[in-house]
Amino acid sequence: MKKYKIHILSIIGAFTLLTSCGNNNGQNSSNGALNASAAEKMYVAPGEQDEFYAFMSGGYSGNLTVYGLPSGRMFKEIPVFSQFPTSGYGYSEETKPMLNTSHGFVPWDDSHHPDISQTNGELDGRWIFINGNNTPRIARISLSTFETEEIIEVPNSAGNHSSSFITENTEYVVAGTRFSVPIPQRDMPISDYKGNFKGSLSFISVDPEHGHMDIKFQLMLPGFNYDLSHPGRGKSHGWFFFTTYNTEEAHTLQEVNASQNDKDFIAAVNWKKIEEYVNNGGGTKMPANYAHNVYDESTHTATTTMKKEVVTVDPLKVPGAVYFLPTPKSPHGCDVDPSGEYIIGNGKLSADLTVHSFDNMIAAIEAEKFDGEAYGIPILKFEDVLAGTVKSGGLGPLHTEFDGKGNAYTTFFISSEVVKWKLGSWEVLDRKPSYYSVGHLMIPGGNSRKPFGKYVVALNKITKDRYLPVGPEMEHSAQLYDISGEKMELIYDFPTHGEPHYAAGIPAEILAPKAKKIYRLDENKHPYAINNPGEAKVTRDGNEVHIYMSTIRSHFTPDNIEGIKVGDKVYFHITNHEQDFDVPHGFAMIGQNTSELLVMPGQTKTSVWEPKQVGVWPFYCTDFCSALHQEMQGYVRVSPANSNIELSWSLGD
Amino acid sequence: MKKASILMIIGSLLLLGLFIYPLWNIQLGAPQYPEPLGMNIYINGIKGQSEFDIQNIDGLNHYIGMKTLPKPSDMWEFTVFPIVIGGMAALGVIIGLFAFFKKINHRWFIGWFVVMTILGILGMYDFNAWMVDYGTNLDPNAIMKLQNPDGTPMSYKPPLLGHKKLLNFDAYSYPRLGGYLMGLGMLLTLVAFFVGKRSKKNAI
Repeated sequence: MKKYKIHILSIIGAFTLLTSCGNNNGQNSSNGALNASAAEKMYVAPGEQDEFYAFMSGGYSGNLTVYGLPSGRMFKEIPVFSQFPTSGYGYSEETKPMLNTSHGFVPWDDSHHPDISQTNGELDGRWIFINGNNTPRIARISLSTFETEEIIEVPNSAGNHSSSFITENTEYVVAGTRFSVPIPQRDMPISDYKGNFKGSLSFISVDPEHGHMDIKFQLMLPGFNYDLSHPGRGKSHGWFFFTTYNTEEAHTLQEVNASQNDKDFIAAVNWKKIEEYVNNGGGTKMPANYAHNVYDESTHTATTTMKKEVVTVDPLKVPGAVYFLPTPKSPHGCDVDPSGEYIIGNGKLSADLTVHSFDNMIAAIEAEKFDGEAYGIPILKFEDVLAGTVKSGGLGPLHTEFDGKGNAYTTFFISSEVVKWKLGSWEVLDRKPSYYSVGHLMIPGGNSRKPFGKYVVALNKITKDRYLPVGPEMEHSAQLYDISGEKMELIYDFPTHGEPHYAAGIPAEILAPKAKKIYRLDENKHPYAINNPGEAKVTRDGNEVHIYMSTIRSHFTPDNIEGIKVGDKVYFHITNHEQDFDVPHGFAMIGQNTSELLVMPGQTKTSVWEPKQVGVWPFYCTDFCSALHQEMQGYVRVSPANSNIELSWSLGD
Repeated sequence: MKKASILMIIGSLLLLGLFIYPLWNIQLGAPQYPEPLGMNIYINGIKGQSEFDIQNIDGLNHYIGMKTLPKPSDMWEFTVFPIVIGGMAALGVIIGLFAFFKKINHRWFIGWFVVMTILGILGMYDFNAWMVDYGTNLDPNAIMKLQNPDGTPMSYKPPLLGHKKLLNFDAYSYPRLGGYLMGLGMLLTLVAFFVGKRSKKNAI
């Protein structure tokens, strides 16, 4: 039946092509015809599904949004570092621990660089990782539930920006500091920065089965700013490359003072060598204090463990572990091509791209051709490691992705364009404007060994007049280009939620079949879950009241509760007994000083209410669950603090 | 006659497919259920087509006051049907064996076929009666009490065979692999009869 339909569609498609060819003779430049063909390329008909998932970082929203490509439709906002009243994430008792840090509960962060787990350098679609920039954290999100499962705080870091990038077999998720800081933190004059502050690069191991993260070691480098990073792949697997700026080690007016050196560095880190050193007992155990928050899918509950120690590594104690590659003009993006040979440093104040060669780098290291050192770390000669320079003609290159066909695509912030160029010959093949001032760009798999080079999304920083005006504050704009041909073709323009920095894309066929539809009630191990409505009850322990409640279309069990008193702390533990796809139930209590809950089928969530006034107070289901959703409601009787009314509960009396 | 007897034995054995595969299937699709809910009817009970379909069908049916779907212990049929099918299969094999060794003739084949057909019709009648009861014997306090245009209470009886529209649901009722195997088996026993008849004629 389906196949038949596809045949009909392709026949219709063929006719359309034929007729449009006929009609277009001599009027190829006509705007209408161009628009029509662009529309066909991004059009996903009602009922059809997209070819790719795109995960866009939320930037200052702290979250991660899920889009479809080529349609640009948004499917979901996954709460990660920010409280999310829509689902109760960060408000429910189960998820509050996810946002614990050594600074206490931090309800927000700035999420930048999502990266999908890899096996043999190819996207495997198990997890997606993303960094919290402000209070340094790394999160791991399941790609079967599309929920945040784990957040680890990164100590000795500040402005966790050169993160969270994955090594080729997801051995490590890597997090580098943007700000150098005193390590350990201490009270000292800011002006003593130079020579005293340090920059830490953290290698966080990922358990291959459960994905659980653990800081394996922190490499203590000179007090530069570590801006972005990417792993080596293929032959350069085992190395990691970080761009740096502020090698001047300025502590004020960096805008000027950190822009004085003609060249900063790309730090090449041989993490395999350091891993071996640490495995053999190397490194220093340093006291630390950082939160490790893990959400357990079977208990539907997160727990926080405060970790008290971290292994630090002095690079000078591991000869051959770190080298500096001089790179012009405060490089920002640091990207490695699919073969692992080329390391591209985009000097953000430059017109040109600098491309280093991994083979040249290894040859220079072996020949010990050094050009001095910085704090004991050997500096290689720029000319020795350089593979080539892309004379782009643009200004302000930031980030590069690859199509797997020998081409690279680089964004230019200042000249607001995407430039396509050829690896090896360094010639510019095409350029298209972006609207406006593009930051990152994303090709699905474009930072892996196997890119899916069909589309590139440009994620812009400035929106201005692209959409209908909505006042001074607006969403950011993204542009979608078809890159299947020789020239890029702009086919769509759509707003993106928050402030997407980087994004990660993956073919739908990898993720869609394993997306979860429900949680199994018979696997629910939440301590306050009930397996059938007969187990519903209300218990009191001092002024703490626990309500074990269940939901199914279209009622709560129980829905009448008496014996609650002013001053009680009431916990509603709600188990959704539905086992049907897309039938959540919500819960909201009048006057509650928290958000609603949205409880998925088979899940248990807990909401706290501290009644302050005597009366009979209603609660209801907030998700339009069924035709009788409006009837899905109940009452709680609140008596004076000194009343002796017994606890009682009922349904359908 | 040997060929006919072997057909008779194979035909009878095909009934045993009913112990593995469902006899019948009813699917309920609706705008909200692009993947239809479904139940597979076996000779010893009803199972969801997907794991939670029975629970979800019951959940929807509570709005119109239907009883929950029967468990094997709720209906005598689910105990008796396996005995009848097992018995008929065994009987068919025995008849086939006797015929193979020329102890009995091909008329036994048609005899078996007639008995099986009668039992099948009785089974369908019983199945239909159950669906009538299920679709019309509704809780008087049901949430939704709908009436036909003539004022009589609406029935939610699924079709015995084919398609029927029930409110927002499209109900489809068709045999499944076990049922098809049974049909094929019965056909083979009928063929066995004619093959046996011809071989006798040729022998004369």
